[in-house]
Amino acid sequence: MKPLSVPERLAKNRFELDEEESHIEVNQEVVKATGCAQTIVRCCSAHVYTEEADGTLSVEYAACLECGTCLQVAAPGALKWHYPRGGFGIQFREG
Amino acid sequence: MTTPTPEVAEAAEPDFDVIVIGGGIAGCVTAYQLAQQGRTVVLIERGEAPGSKNLSGGVLYCRGMQEVFPDFLTEAPIERHITRNYINFLNAESSIGIDYKDSRLADPVNAVTVLRAKLDAWLSDKCEEAGVFIMPGVRVDKVLTEDGPTGKRVVGVKAGDDELHAHVVVAADGVNSFISQEVGLRTKEPLNHLAIGVKCVVNLPRETVESRFNVTGDEGAAFAVVGDCTQGVGGGGFMYTNIDSVSVGVVLRLDDLTAKKKSSSEIFDHFLAHPYIAPYLEGGELVEYGCHLVAEGGLEMMGEITMDGLVVVGDAAGLTLNTGLTVRGMDLAVASGVAAATGIGAALESKDTSKAGLAGYRAAFDASYAGHDMKTYAKAPGFLEVERMYKDYGDLIGNVLHGVFDHDNTPREHIIKVAYKAFKKSPVKIKHLISDGIAGVRAL
Ligand SMILES: Cc1cc2nc3c(=O)[nH]c(=O)nc-3n(C[C@H](O)[C@H](O)[C@H](O)COP(=O)(O)OP(=O)(O)OC[C@H]3O[C@@H](n4cnc5c(N)ncnc54)[C@H](O)[C@@H]3O)c2cc1C
Ligand code: SF4
Repeated sequence: MKPLSVPERLAKNRFELDEEESHIEVNQEVVKATGCAQTIVRCCSAHVYTEEADGTLSVEYAACLECGTCLQVAAPGALKWHYPRGGFGIQFREG
Repeated sequence: MTTPTPEVAEAAEPDFDVIVIGGGIAGCVTAYQLAQQGRTVVLIERGEAPGSKNLSGGVLYCRGMQEVFPDFLTEAPIERHITRNYINFLNAESSIGIDYKDSRLADPVNAVTVLRAKLDAWLSDKCEEAGVFIMPGVRVDKVLTEDGPTGKRVVGVKAGDDELHAHVVVAADGVNSFISQEVGLRTKEPLNHLAIGVKCVVNLPRETVESRFNVTGDEGAAFAVVGDCTQGVGGGGFMYTNIDSVSVGVVLRLDDLTAKKKSSSEIFDHFLAHPYIAPYLEGGELVEYGCHLVAEGGLEMMGEITMDGLVVVGDAAGLTLNTGLTVRGMDLAVASGVAAATGIGAALESKDTSKAGLAGYRAAFDASYAGHDMKTYAKAPGFLEVERMYKDYGDLIGNVLHGVFDHDNTPREHIIKVAYKAFKKSPVKIKHLISDGIAGVRAL
């Protein structure tokens, strides 16, 4: 099978994008103070997070597969994460 | 005694007997069984349709499901009947397998492959036929509570600006269960109780699936892989055959993944590209990529599953068993749904939906096959945390077999000697082998 990058794989999925509201919020202070940025980046299979040069964590919430892993591995208070609003987000056709 | 004023009497008569939060397997089975009892039920699902948020590896042990839906095998969107189980110890340069194929597994069928977006949609259609009111595309934001004589009592749910009331609310909202956390039945799980599953579905022509996996007709194969496939992280890989696709993925324990500073997507790439895995997928087309949390704590993770006005079922209650070679959650979701419907039915009948009134749920669950299995495998999670399982044993067996089969023109040695030499090189010590062996037998 032709190897695909994560964005190429995500492009095969169907997402119903919520243009108005992100379901992920980062508390940059807590991330910096606890140094959990890389742990969050590595765990996310959808590459939603990127650690920027200044140490902040940026978020591409539209790619989220809604597993909840980032919230589990993040330091307490580093992320505010909830499910997207009803009907939005990933819509699996296979599962 | 005072007679209630009409408004109070009205408020006391809720919109539904039961509100189910979540249209996965646990929620659908609970809702279906209650509707069959003649109860009024609403099932609220945040996805566009039930199933659209759900993902599993795909092997469903289906006997419990058949008790709920006698026509399950002929009516439901099933992919294949598992007749071949292949256990694979994968090392960087070698692969050792136990190939267990048995026609008895096909009659009676005891495991099938499924794709959740299709299966859950079918289950929700069954619910609708039975009279359940389905509300897709709605996220429950919180439960409504009132202070009762024995503490907080759940009386309904809130979604956006809408409020719905019921005698009983069922939290079937999956492994992240924000609902059971909100009401205090669960706290944040330790990371060794959780794993991330990363999976893709790869389309292949039907004939290719059958020839590569050595199955015919509606037979299917389940490959369980341990070792190098997870780059030493606690967990394993899997390949399950569907009709004309293969479900491929890895399951990685979060405590180990974070401690080893590995990337979940890189481990997944490594697995797909592994020289012993890639040939199975050659020429295939990836059609979907997903990830999902897996509950792995076993019995230790299963806490309180009832409170006044609320029960918790399926993954939300921590009901998953990882026995090392199989992840079982779907059949436990079915069993908990059936038990919950029994307990809720009895509580509604006796007009006591307090925690005490709902106690029939836990009793019915403990008496079911799933309740017994949770106890039987209570030690499995601890056993599977033993590091050696994921690397050293595979290497050891690989080196023994290499010594036996590599005819390099040096004089052959007796297998015992070969094994002894391999052993001396390996970090595995005799005492490990014995203690892990005993622990394994006890745990599994
Ligand atoms: C990679 C992987 C491989 C697995 N392999 C297997 C396997 O081979 N065999 C097996 O038996 N099990 C397997 N499992 C486990 C199995 O998938 C789960 O145990 C099973 O899906 C649990 O079903 P459930 O109904 O309890 O939860 P879910 O299927 O997670 O359903 C929960 C539902 O609730 C909805 N929901 C959540 N919150 C809200 C809200 N606030 N409002 C409205 N709706 C909400 C969700 O959208 C979802 O539909 C695997 C899991 C993973 C991740
Ligand atoms: S929920 Fe899962 S997919 Fe979404 S950002 Fe977190 S780790 Fe990534």
